[in-house]
Amino acid sequence: MNSATDPVVLGEQEADFSAVDKARVVEALARVLPAGALMYDAEELRPYECDGLSAYRQMPMVVALPTTEEQVVAVLKVCSEMGVPVVARGAGTGLSGGALPHAFGVVLSLARFNRILHLDPHARTAVVQPGVRNLAISEAASPHGLYYAPDPSSQIACTIGGNVAENSGGVHCLKYGLTVHNVLRVRGVTIDGEIVEIGNHGLDAPGYDLLALVIGSEGMLEVVTEVTVKLTPKPQLAQCVLAAFDDVIKAGEAVAEIIAAGIIPAGLEMMDQPATAAVEQFVRAGYPLDAKAILLCESDGTPEEVAEEIERVRAVLERSGATEIRVSRDEAERMKFWAGRKAAFPAAGRISPDYYCMDGTIPRKRLGEMLTAIQEMEGKHGLRCINVFHAGDGNLHPLILFDANQEGELERAEAFGADILELSVALGGTITGEHGVGIEKINQMCSQFTRPELTMFFRVKGAFDPRALLNPGKAIPTLNRCAEYGRMRVSNGHVPYPDIPRF
Amino acid sequence: MSDLTEQWRERVCAAAAAGTALQVRGGGTKDFYGRTPVGEVFDTRGHAGVVSYEPTELVVTVRAGTPLAELEALVAGSGQMLAFEPPHFGAGATVGGCVAAGLSGPRRATAGALRDFVLGVRVLDGRGEVLSFGGQVMKNVAGYDVSRAIAGSLGTLGVILDVSLKVLPRPVAETTLRFAIGEKEAIDRLNDWGGQPLPVSASVWADGVLQLRLSGAEAAVRAAERKLGGEVLADEAADALWQGVREQTDGFFADAAPGEVLWRLSLPSSAAPVKLPGKQLIEWGGALRWLRSDAPAAAIRERVAALGGHATAFRGADRAGEVFQPLPAPVMAIQRRLKQAFDPAGIFNPGRLYDGI
Ligand SMILES: Cc1cc2nc3c(=O)[nH]c(=O)nc-3n(C[C@H](O)[C@H](O)[C@H](O)COP(=O)(O)OP(=O)(O)OC[C@H]3O[C@@H](n4cnc5c(N)ncnc54)[C@H](O)[C@@H]3O)c2cc1C
Ligand SMILES: Cc1cc2nc3c(=O)[nH]c(=O)nc-3n(C[C@H](O)[C@H](O)[C@H](O)COP(=O)(O)OP(=O)(O)OC[C@H]3O[C@@H](n4cnc5c(N)ncnc54)[C@H](O)[C@@H]3O)c2cc1C
Repeated sequence: MNSATDPVVLGEQEADFSAVDKARVVEALARVLPAGALMYDAEELRPYECDGLSAYRQMPMVVALPTTEEQVVAVLKVCSEMGVPVVARGAGTGLSGGALPHAFGVVLSLARFNRILHLDPHARTAVVQPGVRNLAISEAASPHGLYYAPDPSSQIACTIGGNVAENSGGVHCLKYGLTVHNVLRVRGVTIDGEIVEIGNHGLDAPGYDLLALVIGSEGMLEVVTEVTVKLTPKPQLAQCVLAAFDDVIKAGEAVAEIIAAGIIPAGLEMMDQPATAAVEQFVRAGYPLDAKAILLCESDGTPEEVAEEIERVRAVLERSGATEIRVSRDEAERMKFWAGRKAAFPAAGRISPDYYCMDGTIPRKRLGEMLTAIQEMEGKHGLRCINVFHAGDGNLHPLILFDANQEGELERAEAFGADILELSVALGGTITGEHGVGIEKINQMCSQFTRPELTMFFRVKGAFDPRALLNPGKAIPTLNRCAEYGRMRVSNGHVPYPDIPRF
Repeated sequence: MSDLTEQWRERVCAAAAAGTALQVRGGGTKDFYGRTPVGEVFDTRGHAGVVSYEPTELVVTVRAGTPLAELEALVAGSGQMLAFEPPHFGAGATVGGCVAAGLSGPRRATAGALRDFVLGVRVLDGRGEVLSFGGQVMKNVAGYDVSRAIAGSLGTLGVILDVSLKVLPRPVAETTLRFAIGEKEAIDRLNDWGGQPLPVSASVWADGVLQLRLSGAEAAVRAAERKLGGEVLADEAADALWQGVREQTDGFFADAAPGEVLWRLSLPSSAAPVKLPGKQLIEWGGALRWLRSDAPAAAIRERVAALGGHATAFRGADRAGEVFQPLPAPVMAIQRRLKQAFDPAGIFNPGRLYDGI
């Protein structure tokens, strides 16, 4: 009854891979990969020991760098036959430890899959390999007046394979959608070495929507080898409004008022005063430093459309009590408004030796409660936090500032983060809007989902990866882990936020 | 848990134990769709009503038995809409049936499909467990995106209890333009326009006439109208046109000859004219082509696959055979295992999607 394919025990406890024999795996992989595509010396493995969440580190056993799909198939077949875990990797910019290696596993890097295979300006699609950088797609589409809409801040570095695995978003996803709304087809290889094509170049596919399952699956279902993305016409014009508020709650209400007025801006971002101060030192975006919060609201479209929308936005902001409203007069000024927002992460890195980026999403109307609670948590954990939000869709990126060289600060930062995530769930939201669960938020999954729901996730994984070899130990917590975590939370005193109804 | 949900759980557990097939059914307006429904009718209409609606959050959560018309009227009251314009195909359509069928209407090509607007679901699975996936927020990547996979599963994975949908503001202005052009030229133009920042929100071509709907800010619609030319339709005529296309009451659909099958061909928008015997109506900027034809199914499927798409025998076909395009073996194997994961006893709408699923 204890085989991993038995659905009843799937997900009960962490699998043990310590019997994997490195020498035998290296030998088997060397037979299917060309010279220079296999690494197993500590020196060479070091760059792979973490992703963007550098607090978590693990040296892999082996790194494979295939160049062709046949090689990917061969590597996966070897791993499947020998029972070896496989962790796919793009650029390693993930912020939840999704690409964190497995001690007894193979890191399968898709870095050499870096070609745009086909771009069809008439059909507005591009077929790309998974290691192609997000921004490279928009650059290739640009001469045709097109671009790839999802624009994570890491777009100069992150890959489309990583974007598919995380269902990444960007500052424009309120209007243009996330990765799941902009990918038409994914070709991939299962752990058994089967090639599966999911979706197609039309607008739907027959059968269950496997594309929805694969997008955001954090490398747990299959290894992506080719992606068809939808390209969007570049708007003729974009203009940005910067509004200052003397109160964070008022700024939050202004966001709701904009939506209530029937406006879906191209971007709607908010920063609190400490965040504005941090970026201002760094990029001099000209933000009003006396404001308790600022909003950036972007409008795009035809010149007529933009003019009309900006006027409507201005009227709403005035009614909502903005203390100052500036409208970008030209492209240079618009870029300047955005420069500050886009520099928020590096700016956090400037004012603090380390920072920890959170990713909870809550219903917008709970924003005030969340901000008040975060202020209290700063006192409780003795750490500062600066706040930037994708305000339009309620996605928060509190940046907790800490110094890993100070005894206990990393642990306090993690406890602070866990409190924010627990509160996100309690407020009717989710622990992750776009960065993924990975290893980082795996415990909080136990708060967001019930035991039967977690078991169903393991069954869904089993439909693609029956032996549970792809990225094991990530994204979906085993039931044993949840039992541990439950004990931990309760022994800390009490269940968090007992007075808020759960739903 | 409500008494009704408790009763439903008991019924599902009993059916699973006895191996009794259940035909999950809302208003029955889509009984014609998919392979032949079998099993005891499991009527979802008792579980109705709006759970929550917050216009400024752009989210509505409703029980699956709620009439679709009621939901649409509710959001229209706040100047909002279901942007994917789902077809009702009859007065009694429920929200659950709409989500399970996964069909989208004229606005789909530019606004997105039904699945794009599903934020969360609560389902009753084949073990009698009530499970929640997704939620009420716009961005959520915790766990696999099961709620979007439930959309379009034709009731074969479980009984949808509640669903949270993203809603959008209704456009301020709308206008419909008419052009007399042939099939090839219509496909070319639609793709050219698709590559430009124009506020196109629907298109339909049939019988040498292309009609194009523009929606958005007043200024944008007027500017596009001037740029594109064509003849402007009166508002009532335009409303009737799009309603007829969405609900398939338009002449093209109504006039099917006996023996003809209505095929739904989903293709890359720029695919060449299909050149299959029969009559056609083209939607979604070229990506959806309806074909009334008596040609053999195999010939249609082969041609459509060669063009990079798939074909569904939408109405009037032999529903004992496959209605949806057969899938390659490795993809079919995953589909079967997914069905098994949710419904191990195979009780929900067995065989409605594919033989054995
Ligand atoms: C400065 C900075 C800013 C960021 N801003 C944003 C933002 O605005 N929005 C946002 O959403 N994210 C953001 N991120 C997070 C990150 O960039 C994204 O999650 C990105 O999609 C990860 O891509 P990657 O290529 O680096 O993937 P990796 O980090 O290499 O991998 C991420 C996950 O994808 C899996 N994976 C990678 N390639 C494949 C493949 N071919 N097949 C199967 N699985 C695969 C991995 O196993 C892992 O689970 C930011 C990160 C940084 C460092
Ligand atoms: C893949 C990638 C893409 C990027 N894209 C952009 C961009 O488009 N525009 C832009 O302005 N900046 C971008 N950055 C950020 C930028 O490269 C540096 O992080 C920033 O300039 C930090 O400056 P520094 O050298 O002073 O500090 P560093 O020494 O690099 O780091 C400062 C502190 O920040 C932490 N840190 C750095 N990066 C991360 C991270 N990704 N996640 C968590 N903690 C982190 C470090 O642990 C350290 O404590 C990107 C970073 C990465 C990794």
